[in-house]
Amino acid sequence: MQQFTVFMDIESSRSYIDELYSSDAVKVMEALVTLKNSVIGSNRQKSSVISQGVVPRLLQLMSEESLDPNIRLEATITIGSLAKGTPENIESLIEKGTATALVEMLKTVPLGSKLAEAALCALRSIFSHKPAPVDALPADMRLLTRLTQIAREDSQEARTSVIRVLAVWCSGTVEQEALTCAGACSAAAAMLVVPPRSVPSPSRLVPALELLAAMCFKNPNVAQVALNTRHGDKSIPELLMCLVSRDKPLVVALKAAKCLTFLQRAGALPADDSRIVFGALPCLARLCTKENTEDIRASAAEVLAYLTEVDTSLQRLAAISNHLMSSLADIVNCQSAAAKQGAFKCFASLGANDEDIRKMIIETHGLMVHVVNGLNNPDPCVSLAAVRCLHSLSRSVQQLRTTFQDHAVWKPLMQLLNDSPGPELLNVGSSTLCNLLLEFSPAKEPMLDQGAVEMLCNLTKMSDPALRLNGIWALMNMAFQAEQKVKQRILCCLGTEQMFRLLGDSDTRVIMKMLGLLRNLLSTRQHIDAIMSEYSSQVMQAVIVVLEGSYPAEVKEQALCILGNIGDGEKSKDLIMANEDVLRKLVDYLAHPESKLQEAALFVAGNLVWRGEAGAAARQQRLADLGVLRALKLLRASHHAAHLHDKVKTALAQFNEFT
Amino acid sequence: MKLRKSEMAAIGSGRGTMDSQNQVQSDTVDRLKLLYPNVNEEETPLPRAWSTKDKFSYIGLSQNNLRVHYKGGTQGPGRRPHLPYLHLRLWMYRHGKTHRDAASVRATHPIPAACGLYYFEVRIVSKGRDGYMGIGLSAHGVNMNRLPGWDKHSYGYHGDDGHSFCSSGTGQPYGPTFTTGDVIGCGVNLVDNTCFYTKNGHHLGIAFRGLPPNLYPTVGLQTPGEVVDTNFGQQPFVFDIEDMLKELRARTRVAIDEFPLPDEQGQWQQVLHRMVSTYLVHHGYCSTAQAFSRATGQPIDEDIASIKNRQRVSKLVLAGRVGEAVETTRRLWPGLLERDPDLLFLLKCRQFVEMVNGTDCEASEDGANGVATSVISHTGRPHKRSNGVAADAAEEGGGRDVDMAPAANGDHEDEALPLVKGMPGVTASVAALLPDRFEADASSQRASVERMLAFGRELYAMSQKLSQDLYHKSMLEDAFSLLAYSNPWDSPVGWQLEPVRREAVCDALNSAILESQGMQWSSPVEACVSHARSLLRRMSRAALGACAFADLSALLAR
Repeated sequence: MQQFTVFMDIESSRSYIDELYSSDAVKVMEALVTLKNSVIGSNRQKSSVISQGVVPRLLQLMSEESLDPNIRLEATITIGSLAKGTPENIESLIEKGTATALVEMLKTVPLGSKLAEAALCALRSIFSHKPAPVDALPADMRLLTRLTQIAREDSQEARTSVIRVLAVWCSGTVEQEALTCAGACSAAAAMLVVPPRSVPSPSRLVPALELLAAMCFKNPNVAQVALNTRHGDKSIPELLMCLVSRDKPLVVALKAAKCLTFLQRAGALPADDSRIVFGALPCLARLCTKENTEDIRASAAEVLAYLTEVDTSLQRLAAISNHLMSSLADIVNCQSAAAKQGAFKCFASLGANDEDIRKMIIETHGLMVHVVNGLNNPDPCVSLAAVRCLHSLSRSVQQLRTTFQDHAVWKPLMQLLNDSPGPELLNVGSSTLCNLLLEFSPAKEPMLDQGAVEMLCNLTKMSDPALRLNGIWALMNMAFQAEQKVKQRILCCLGTEQMFRLLGDSDTRVIMKMLGLLRNLLSTRQHIDAIMSEYSSQVMQAVIVVLEGSYPAEVKEQALCILGNIGDGEKSKDLIMANEDVLRKLVDYLAHPESKLQEAALFVAGNLVWRGEAGAAARQQRLADLGVLRALKLLRASHHAAHLHDKVKTALAQFNEFT
Repeated sequence: MKLRKSEMAAIGSGRGTMDSQNQVQSDTVDRLKLLYPNVNEEETPLPRAWSTKDKFSYIGLSQNNLRVHYKGGTQGPGRRPHLPYLHLRLWMYRHGKTHRDAASVRATHPIPAACGLYYFEVRIVSKGRDGYMGIGLSAHGVNMNRLPGWDKHSYGYHGDDGHSFCSSGTGQPYGPTFTTGDVIGCGVNLVDNTCFYTKNGHHLGIAFRGLPPNLYPTVGLQTPGEVVDTNFGQQPFVFDIEDMLKELRARTRVAIDEFPLPDEQGQWQQVLHRMVSTYLVHHGYCSTAQAFSRATGQPIDEDIASIKNRQRVSKLVLAGRVGEAVETTRRLWPGLLERDPDLLFLLKCRQFVEMVNGTDCEASEDGANGVATSVISHTGRPHKRSNGVAADAAEEGGGRDVDMAPAANGDHEDEALPLVKGMPGVTASVAALLPDRFEADASSQRASVERMLAFGRELYAMSQKLSQDLYHKSMLEDAFSLLAYSNPWDSPVGWQLEPVRREAVCDALNSAILESQGMQWSSPVEACVSHARSLLRRMSRAALGACAFADLSALLAR
């Protein structure tokens, strides 16, 4: 039945579609009007017309400058109508070059004409499709200036359309800067004015706010321009401040708060600016409350997360504003992924720095259960946000010991990380893991059983330095005061080859953590001897590599500390004593201008000369021969090393027989 | 209905006094009046300070009863003894340790429901020893030897732990703690009966729901050294309360706009046409009413000739020709004024005012003169005068009797000027006005004044016969007082001379005529407005806070 009617429509439309190609302007006009009337409001007709291949002809009629303006207008309106159809309709329009044709047309059509308005309207419809054909609009200054001129001066309809198009188009630094040069800031500002006593219209304000947000996002230059752009007697932040007030439509307030947020994060407004503290922040906290719709709350939480991401004072303020904690906990309960994601992100931001806020978050009723559920959420965005939240909270020592243990958060986290996670998730997840593996964390043991060591060793092989750092850092935390079998497992799993590779890492932080790992492995006497008995040559080589290489002082300090640890071992001492190279370096470092290296070398020497251990006298003799004693005496005499004098004295006291 | 009519007239003639009051107040802007415009303070006064009576003895007040400090008692556990310094410190340390040391104070008045959204702020001047401070609300009669929130019908937010106490000894985690330098605000939403707090201008969220009516602002202190200052709205607030007010106004407006109506009442077009048509007919806009009824098909319930007659009389009154209006009324609706002496008196009184104004002469004698002039026009508005010499003369005259107070009955017996016979309260100052110094048309002026005085006597005699003595007397006094000034237009009673004052008289007459014809004395649209106004008053009395945000004039202006 359905098919039959479609067939009928096509048959009956044949005649006028043929007329479209006529050379008689009157006939073409009639056909266009018939076509326009047939497609308005009917997606079925739109699909049918497009499938008949009329679009190229319409584009031709629309673009041909020699044609009757009315024909061009009707053709443009028809295209605009088709662009309001299904996503498939829009796709095929884009495929046939409609967006480009419209943009070309906008370069020439007279401003303020019906034709320009119709073209913009069609372009807006096409740009509201995702993905928008942004390439159709080149960052050509003359064109952009023309468009912003339309946005300032043309009819309300045309202005709204062009601003919407530009808001979608503006997606990178190049576009942001180009639009700013073309004067889009002042065009947007002009749209933000709400005349007194009139009801603010979201359809006019929202596109302008979206454009402004898109332009300022992470772009300090543009944000600065926006800050100084005025319309009438008000600057853009002041105009925005009017729009975040409680009597404005929620969506307008939300977008205005978002603009203020982007201005602040791009550095145009300080965090303590009253328009942030008394404008954007309370507005967003209010929009998160239960009275509002889910999508408003979700977006508000997301923007608030961005606003409070780094600044501790804003985090503290948000935490006490309008019961935000319980509002967010309630948003987590919402069904949509966007809502959960927004709330988790917001919790993550709020708990980033302040221990008291973390406590408030944890104490929010039933939140941890939701975080754990969030980790298991099939939507990767939600699980990522939940991991972020967990990461923030894992900075709290107290939580690591209590709540995290109660909820066994490591389980879903390990699962996520083992389940081929995306790079971002891997990064945040491994950072969280780092914290979970701290010495006092009770989660350490069960995580080992879950193959944490293997996973972390794999992380150290990643190409992303941040991941390598997280991996080695987590291993270092894990090795701290760990049992010997754990240490053995780490060494075994990591492998000496990888160890050396990490010591040659491009990122100094990775080298530091690697050496830190070695230090942690080589602590307590039995462990030192046990490990050195197996890995002595590699460890010594590693230390020498660092001491000889061109590393910064703090890296060499770590290496000396490792030596010191080795020197604390009963049998391992001999490994150092047997290595004249190392001993000579020790003398050099005792005289090193860098005081922390002196101190570290002193620590090594002190451990080696310690009396009361087997072979102490022989070691003292050998060290004295190599000039360690002299170096120590010099150190004692030195004024620069006054803070080391106590330690020097202790070390010298060991050399009783020689002094 | 009669009563309502005179009420209307009373509003009309009473407006002058109201205006002058407003003028006095506008000198010192009363921020509270601006915040709570719908509160009638004669019925429900606003809290403007802490009560010196409704407080526990440990509380001390200063700075116009806006600053509260903890002073401890003179007896019992809180008594501050005379002790050497160290012992005193020890006492200070111990004091305030128990709940028995808590002390509260309430504001002078409960929060009127017509505030809609009530708000006050407390600045912590000093947290004293422990900062056990509570800010909130309590009902009349709640024990004051407590912090707000601990007892039934008592609500508080406490500084030491940041908890909220809702009629209970145990608090709920609510907000941050607060201490010296913080400004804590307490807001009561009387539409949905909730309470929220603010800290340094930041909204902390709703603390209490389901509040009972008639709560008092309350603060409680417990340890020595605690001092707080209060802003009941006399100063600008730290928190942007205006933003919330705007929101509530917008919300109330939406609620009104979207209120569902039964179908037969929802036919706005019909209702509005009827309203407009009846309004036009009522006020005698005859041709407009006819045109409108032709366009909308609305029937006119009154005879066209009758409307035209009323229109004619109204025009006369509005032009100030009250005497003619009275005559015409007598002719067209015989017996009407005789049956309604109050109305007649009102008209005559107005006629007297218009005589002073120079717009009315006794109809019978009008023809001779032709030009209507005031008997005291030589002292008329200076800008109307072209003759500089005469202006000087007026000033001279003014210098003579500028000290004359508006005549009060019988107060002037011992003054130099004799009373004018038959018009108590009117002194011979009128005689001083008599233009004997003006040679030109002295005789005709003198005649006018004589006529006016005669009319005044007649009016006085008439007033003696009326029952509502007080009201008429004051109206008459106001009118006669005009004669006490050389330049009545510039005098404190000059408001009577404004043409706008004719409207009330005109309405009263029009209503009486309509009523005598068996029709409504007021038009449906006016009835509707006054109905809405009185509904708002009733809402206010019934503690329905939404009345604060139903802005009638804005709704009507739409």
